[in-house]
Amino acid sequence: MTDIASSGTLIDAKAPPRRDIGLKRRYAAERRFRIYGILAVSVGLVFLAVMLFSIISQGYTAFSQTAVTLPITFDPAVIDPKNERESDPTKLQTANYPALAQKALAEKLGFAANDRAATRQLRGFLSDTSRVQLRDIVMADPSVIGTTRDVEILTSANIDSAFKGQIDLDVPEANRKVSDQQVGWMRKLSEEGALATRFNTGLFTNGASSRPESAGMGVAIVGSFYMMLIVLLVALPVGVAASIYLEEFAPKTKFTDLIEVNINNLAAVPSIVFGLLGLAVFVNFFGLPRSASVVGGLVLTLMTLPTIIIATRAALVAVPPSIRSAALGLGASRMQMVFHHVLPLAMPGILTGTIIGLARALGETAPLLLIGMVAFVADIPSTPLDPATALPVQIYMWANEAERAFVERLSGAIIILLIFLMAMNLTAIILRRKFERRW
Amino acid sequence: MKSTLLGASVAALAIALSAGAASARDQIQVAGSSTVLPYAKIVAETFGETFNNFKTPVVESGGSGAGIKEFCRGVGENTIDIANSSRPIKSTEVESCKAAGVTDIQEVKIGYDGIVFATDIAGPDWALKPEDIYKALAAQVVVDGKLVANPNTKWNQVNSALPDWDIAAYIPGEKHGTREVFEEKLLHKGCEAAGGLEAAKAGGLDEKAANAACIAVRKDGKAVDIDGDYSETLARIASNKTGVGVFGLAFYENNADKLKVATVDGITPSVDTIAKGEYPVSRPLFFYVKKAHLGVIPGLKEYVDFFLDDQMIGPDSPLAEYGLVSAPDAEREEQRKAFDSGKTM
Repeated sequence: MTDIASSGTLIDAKAPPRRDIGLKRRYAAERRFRIYGILAVSVGLVFLAVMLFSIISQGYTAFSQTAVTLPITFDPAVIDPKNERESDPTKLQTANYPALAQKALAEKLGFAANDRAATRQLRGFLSDTSRVQLRDIVMADPSVIGTTRDVEILTSANIDSAFKGQIDLDVPEANRKVSDQQVGWMRKLSEEGALATRFNTGLFTNGASSRPESAGMGVAIVGSFYMMLIVLLVALPVGVAASIYLEEFAPKTKFTDLIEVNINNLAAVPSIVFGLLGLAVFVNFFGLPRSASVVGGLVLTLMTLPTIIIATRAALVAVPPSIRSAALGLGASRMQMVFHHVLPLAMPGILTGTIIGLARALGETAPLLLIGMVAFVADIPSTPLDPATALPVQIYMWANEAERAFVERLSGAIIILLIFLMAMNLTAIILRRKFERRW
Repeated sequence: MKSTLLGASVAALAIALSAGAASARDQIQVAGSSTVLPYAKIVAETFGETFNNFKTPVVESGGSGAGIKEFCRGVGENTIDIANSSRPIKSTEVESCKAAGVTDIQEVKIGYDGIVFATDIAGPDWALKPEDIYKALAAQVVVDGKLVANPNTKWNQVNSALPDWDIAAYIPGEKHGTREVFEEKLLHKGCEAAGGLEAAKAGGLDEKAANAACIAVRKDGKAVDIDGDYSETLARIASNKTGVGVFGLAFYENNADKLKVATVDGITPSVDTIAKGEYPVSRPLFFYVKKAHLGVIPGLKEYVDFFLDDQMIGPDSPLAEYGLVSAPDAEREEQRKAFDSGKTM
């Protein structure tokens, strides 16, 4: 700006001039940026807190369940009125077991159930699961007939909700699902100690059910476990082998570049596309059974493979070339170099990538829709070939239910899924911390 | 460690690929309509509990069309046995079924899905037409041949025979299966009658977009989606005496002391008028059975028999409690006979 002469005189005069370097403005910009950053982080945290709060506040009650302990008399007049069980054992299967529980409840309350309205009240109080529960007791040991024993019977979902305070009892009786009489029974039994909440083991062990009180995540947990196992056993070796070859052995040609681009693209393909592929290849071509976790696992394997390959290649590249040179210099073959030196050093990165890929696969529903895994499955699968669902699928199914009691179970299921995901991410962090090497 | 992992992987793959041909399926597989799903679920669950020599059937949802498509994929153990449907199978679908080798299909009608409009018992009589519903509740209605945002605020602006009440309707939420009937049989029909479909097409929308525009419900708070069950709708009507609610027929009949039902096209809804097909806002529900699978898949015949039993679809059954309109006695008997005789389409 100024000419040389004048600047010369200025230097001669006194202190050098302060150039306007915009210090103030730049500091202000930095402060603003920090504020933006803090805002961005807090927005994220607020959303996370709101989500966790709403899920946990709605869902924690799903882990307890109301049950009533009743002295059940296995009355032969109800179970086998015509005394045919010797000649026809199937009679024991189809007997009217809920009536036993209703009778025991009526006796416990000192109340005579002699008209239909009263019977309906009793029936609405207890869960219909008593049928299977009592039948199993009798089938296991028919000598129980004629005796009395204490059995813990689940209450119906409506009573469960009312006992947990989820039904507003101030609204007129006609507008709610539990009657005043049932509420009176509930309070009386609770004071006597017969009715209480206990840990809801059924939420983890039962399969799907149209009755909220007996609905559980059992099938989904087993199904997800099988699928994760299959993904781990198939995707990890294939993915690692592919990346080692591409990174360490393959010549750098146009063709390998093309493969690399394709793998990166594959990682971004929407998961529903893998579902379609799975339906066409595994179910229709290979003839694998529908709705089975083996098909789900293979579809999720296809989906996870690119993620694992990308993570593994990044981990291999991060191993310093000096290690390779040293190994080769001491006379190791390329294969010895890779398996003795490079792969062990890359392992933490590979495992982290794999676990993150698995966590993503655990949360997938879309690819499972087309292979028939979004379904009502009540029986716990004993092998990966049996029909099963997955954790997110069960959440989706419960979100579509009309009954009130499914709301807390829905949130409870989300909590279970989040715990699984957190455990997996935690494992990834621990593995990385433990085995990470810095050079 | 590496070699054991590899061994396990190879074994897993081998099992996976060899399994398909080897295993015989011992579980019924059902897919299809999400409207039928809750009913099929109840039957499947009770079936599994009652017959402990059979496994509980697997019921997939996904919609009638998708279910029938799966059904028509062919015959064999890796195809489904039953397709649930909230509409009769189309002749084109039967054709594609035949092309894939599914020649013998047995149709089973399980009952009807009917919805009614009801107001508080103290109110005047209501006689509705689909057109009125469309004009009152659609997002856009026809004014001077053009689609505009719905300006109606009172029922008597829609139809002078209706009372001078603010429009407040409690309709099934989008998750509900009945929402489909509501859209199809009321909004869409009303839209056609009121000329909305033509106006939408004239406005440059294609067939699909025009249909979608017809069934779009106004979002200004006058039509309230109810995602809970009908008791919530009833509670809304109790607190707003000039509200109109949508209920299942069974629910209305259980609460006839509190509700007054509206006629649609002059027909009073009842089990009779629904079963005869006179009452317009209802539809029959079906499932389709692959005859070639009867006797091959264990329990399939028992399942269908159990479904058709009065203890499942009768007037005093769990399905009726859930909202199914039972077919008249004679029709249920006829369905049972038709299935037993092996009648195919």
